[in-house]
Amino acid sequence: MPELERDSTAANEAETWESQLRRTFRAMVVARTLESKLASLYKAGKIVGGVYIGPGQEAISASIGSCLSWDHDIFSALIRDQAGRTAFGEPILDATRSYLGSAKGPSRGRDGNIHRGRPNSGLPAMISHLGAMVSVVTGMLLARRIKGCLDGVVGAASVGDGASSTGSFHEAMNTAAVERLPLVVVLTNNQFAYSTPTDRQFACKSLVDRAVGYGVPGYEVDGTDLTATLRVISEAVRNAREGGGPQLVVANALRLSGHGEHDDASYVPEQLRKSPLGRDCMEVAEHQLLSTGLITEAELLAWREEATEDVQAAVAQAQQEPAPDPFADDWTVYASKEIATIS
Amino acid sequence: MGEITYIDAIRDAQHDLLASDDRVFIYGQDVGHFGGAFKATQGLKKLFPDRVLDSPISEDAMIGLAVGAAMEGMRPIVEMQFADFSSVGFNQIVNQAATQFYRTGAPAPITVRLPSGGTPGSGPFHSQMMESVYAYYPGLVILTPATVADAYSMLVAAVALDDPVLYFEHKFLYRWLKADQLNDGQEPLPIGKARVVRAGKHATVVAYSAMVHEALRAADLLASEGWEIEVVDLRSVKPLDTDTVIASVARTGRLLAVGEAFPWGGVTSEVVSRVTSDGFHLLDAPPQRLNSRDTPVPYHPNLWEAHRPTLESIAAAIRNLLQL
Repeated sequence: MPELERDSTAANEAETWESQLRRTFRAMVVARTLESKLASLYKAGKIVGGVYIGPGQEAISASIGSCLSWDHDIFSALIRDQAGRTAFGEPILDATRSYLGSAKGPSRGRDGNIHRGRPNSGLPAMISHLGAMVSVVTGMLLARRIKGCLDGVVGAASVGDGASSTGSFHEAMNTAAVERLPLVVVLTNNQFAYSTPTDRQFACKSLVDRAVGYGVPGYEVDGTDLTATLRVISEAVRNAREGGGPQLVVANALRLSGHGEHDDASYVPEQLRKSPLGRDCMEVAEHQLLSTGLITEAELLAWREEATEDVQAAVAQAQQEPAPDPFADDWTVYASKEIATIS
Repeated sequence: MGEITYIDAIRDAQHDLLASDDRVFIYGQDVGHFGGAFKATQGLKKLFPDRVLDSPISEDAMIGLAVGAAMEGMRPIVEMQFADFSSVGFNQIVNQAATQFYRTGAPAPITVRLPSGGTPGSGPFHSQMMESVYAYYPGLVILTPATVADAYSMLVAAVALDDPVLYFEHKFLYRWLKADQLNDGQEPLPIGKARVVRAGKHATVVAYSAMVHEALRAADLLASEGWEIEVVDLRSVKPLDTDTVIASVARTGRLLAVGEAFPWGGVTSEVVSRVTSDGFHLLDAPPQRLNSRDTPVPYHPNLWEAHRPTLESIAAAIRNLLQL
């Protein structure tokens, strides 16, 4: 998938808008393909644990990832960020290995599904406690400032409407603002935190109102619209990269799945599904790119076929790999050798 | 006794760490020009302006930030203004820092300093001992220095470890405990080794942090009654040096574990449990525990003195143990 990758040393400006839009959409295609497969595998009982997917949020997620460079920037992906992970540069094998319980996965079976990461490449592994990763990204950025290598770096953290209610989110936003670090927080309001609707989650008119309280620029965008979303997130990332301090982007969409694949989301009102928020960002993006001539029908078909082949290969490889062996695990929790040997 | 206090040792260790290692930075409330609530960072901001940073009152974000910085190769030292407030950062300590290496293979070498324990008039929210709470969680190293030399050498050792370390410094010892020099003339013991601080043959008292000094005073008192009490300073409660404790019990046949923490579970229970399981045959009497009372730490000095173990209550517990 050459078009998903980009030169990590290239500045954002080096890539044309059209090229970035194509790359972002292609990551969406890969993510939708991969997640559809994972959902099928879950229903077939082939997955270790749960499956959490992000249909309806790919435009937002992929836009974050496509604005960042692997091994250069930082991206804290959350529960519905397959598209962002792919756009950022995470190999899809990391996903299939994590979901299928391969011992060769990034956490070797010690953790799974969306809790995977590559901290050394700028992709920290999320814990389940919402809001908790925002300060971790803040700390990664602060470390680079102290080391003198923060120039041109951005750290992005993905959160949702539910996470916005946590003290952790507030503490981290405020801390990053005090330190004026290049943090971009993309808050996807997908209307539900598990089954809790937004009117039981917050009482402000829009979550972007919070930006004023932190003293940071705020942006709000229709997250079902790829072109608009990529423009807004690109602007926020550029502003952070150029020294503008933390940025808060609120992107509105509707989660087009359950909380996890175990959840039928029957609590989502039909009226909301049929509203503009319920649009599928994949269909919107497809129309946008086809109608402007940025892709052809033939290209799109080829992308989908290639994505299907890549996903099949990644699933097949992970399925052939050994599961973790409790007798081979060292059951050590300490990194320091001198501590690991005593208890 | 000399003129170097326990808090001097902590301040000097941080100075020396900042001076010798560019990866070290200090993050906490009021640690900058103010020098910290207890002056443990006095003068450091002036010497290392970019690596001594005041934080907002956000314990959760302070720990999360430290973990992120550690993932980037730094060696953050976070000062909790009081150990009690670490409860706000609990999630980041036990779920973020403690699980990081196990889950991802990327170490999270952070050091969190937690001013602990009671002083008269400090009350329920400025007096807590929280080492037992954190020792429960896999992945954390829990240090409880009781001497000036250990306060220095264990803080230096903590920062060198590749794991998250909670360093519980006792506020009562800050200015009360003094030594002639930072180094007591001996090679510092490694992390995870307990120290027999007083040899004896009639009973073993296992203690840590400020309780080591109460136990030594009780042993002095008992000596005047003809009893020779051995006192073991655990130094680190996790790892816990079971071997040194059991070797001591093998010499004395009797065990009293003393801690200033609340009585339900915790370090003293762990000590008694290990000795009972691994050294049952060495015991001449049922092993005993002495902790604080099972209430919040009270405010008034009269109540506070009766809440935590003291020279008198430890001595009474030892006399009881000797009669069992």
